[in-house]
Amino acid sequence: MATATPTLPSAGPVAGSRSFLSKLREGDEIARLITFLFAATVVLITVLLVYELWIDSTLARHKFGWHFFVTQTWDPVMDEYGALPFIYGTLVSSTLALLIAVPLGIGASIFLAELAPARISDTLQFFIDLLAAVPSVIYGLLGIFIVVPIMREWIYPAINKPLGFLPLFKGPSYGPCFLTAGMVLAIMVIPYIISVSREVLLSVPRDQREAALALGSTRWESTWKVVVPFAKTGIMGSVFLALARALGETMAVTMVIGNTPKIAASLFAPGYSIAAVIANEFTEATGELYTQALIGLGLVLFLLTFILNGLARLLIIVTTQKGSKVSA
Amino acid sequence: MNARLRWRKFVSNFMLTMTGVCAFVSVAVLFLILGYLLFNGGTSINWAFLTQLPKPVGEEGGGMANAIVGSAKLLLGASLLGVPIGFLGGIYLAEFSGAKVASVVRYAADLLNGVPSIVIGIFAFSMVVRPFKGFSALAGAFALGLMMIPITLRSTEEFLNGVPRMLREGAMALGASKWKTIATVIVPAAYRGILTAILLALARVAGEAAPLLFTSFGNRFWSQGWTQPTAALPEMIFRYAGSAYEDWHRQAWAAGLVLLGLILIINILARTILSRGIAVPRS
Repeated sequence: MATATPTLPSAGPVAGSRSFLSKLREGDEIARLITFLFAATVVLITVLLVYELWIDSTLARHKFGWHFFVTQTWDPVMDEYGALPFIYGTLVSSTLALLIAVPLGIGASIFLAELAPARISDTLQFFIDLLAAVPSVIYGLLGIFIVVPIMREWIYPAINKPLGFLPLFKGPSYGPCFLTAGMVLAIMVIPYIISVSREVLLSVPRDQREAALALGSTRWESTWKVVVPFAKTGIMGSVFLALARALGETMAVTMVIGNTPKIAASLFAPGYSIAAVIANEFTEATGELYTQALIGLGLVLFLLTFILNGLARLLIIVTTQKGSKVSA
Repeated sequence: MNARLRWRKFVSNFMLTMTGVCAFVSVAVLFLILGYLLFNGGTSINWAFLTQLPKPVGEEGGGMANAIVGSAKLLLGASLLGVPIGFLGGIYLAEFSGAKVASVVRYAADLLNGVPSIVIGIFAFSMVVRPFKGFSALAGAFALGLMMIPITLRSTEEFLNGVPRMLREGAMALGASKWKTIATVIVPAAYRGILTAILLALARVAGEAAPLLFTSFGNRFWSQGWTQPTAALPEMIFRYAGSAYEDWHRQAWAAGLVLLGLILIINILARTILSRGIAVPRS
């Protein structure tokens, strides 16, 4: 643009025959080197992160090996650590979250992508984006003071009375439990499911819808039997993405899951999650083995989210490419 | 046949209405959250909350002035680390690098973006807290800064790539060197998008408590310099909400209102004014 012209050095030789020196004089090589160093830093940090997690959990990995994953005891006094209760709690709360969030999220994304006029859809999406920006500690705050009482006063009696004989709903409830954590997590991951699914649905080519409608299907049939199956893998991707978020979520879960390292069949029992135990006990961990066991848990969490995120990205890419290929 | 058609139409209308209900419920959650925070926080917030230090345990009153300043300090530190690395790294990806190197850097950034924040906290603990032998504001800023890198990097790259070729060629044709083209033509053309993304990244880490728990740790007094532990709003909300004192719960609500208010204001401003007409990538 105009601002660039007056300061240009006219001494530079013709573009094609620039020697290394002249490039250096104009700063190109220096700029390239500097920006390269910063880009390399990103790779370095990531490698270092994996390395540190691996090295700092050596002691725990050697002492417990694979038993770490199947042992139920978590006893800092006797220096015995097993990850099973935390893995169980993480998986149960995340699964519950998905059971609630997936139908709601996919329903909402169908509305946003297929039904709502563009203007309304964009406005609603704006609110959804804001919802995704709400920090997790705020969800935890609302969880403690609003969801937990609701759970104790309303949901627990309503389910426990008629269905209390099932192991799934047995026993007393004090409010903080797997189900509460699942509900709070569901609210937190819905925005991710909606945003990604909406985009995937919008990338389904128009002719797919028109063909279905032309064959006499109703609007819902064209959506549910043609558009959604077309976007299936991408929607799966959004679910994996949400699952990865739910597994790694710390603050909100720590505040409502009850923080009890026990495996219970009842959804109304308090539990613990991997992220929550790290958050609660890391600063208090006195022994070296104790700290290393917690870092080992961090490594497990990292690997889980790493795999899920990778799968999610792959699925989303595959679907959006399919859309552009068919329409091309 | 007629009955069947009527049934199909009924199913169609019913299910489509249900999807509308789903959308309505999801959006309603945002307003419920806002309503609760405005009500509970609005009745709890006062001048003392904004200007005073926390009172000793058991005494009523006091405030979180140190946490508000602490959060600002951590965000400043995080930006000083995260923005240059992300921004300059993004320039390298968009302007200088070959496809192979770019895909490695991109992969690393995506990986970093997916790391749970509590694991980032562990990493910051190993890298900063342990060598310096103590919790510090520096460690907290380091953790938050790491979380800003991937978003800044990917959006810088994306917006630079979106600058029309003609601008680039125009500058080169006038004889500008490559870095001069980048500095005076390409980056200015893309700055609104990049700035939006940086602000959104900042808003995101502003609400993070998990990586602060064992890095900046928390402090009931003013924190001097970068080597002392410092309080931060999200971390105070966590500690106060889980406590047994009624007055601390009140202050947790007030802190929640301040934090969410700031984050939503940044989000709304960045998304509506600054980025008008630009598609902002979602983090």
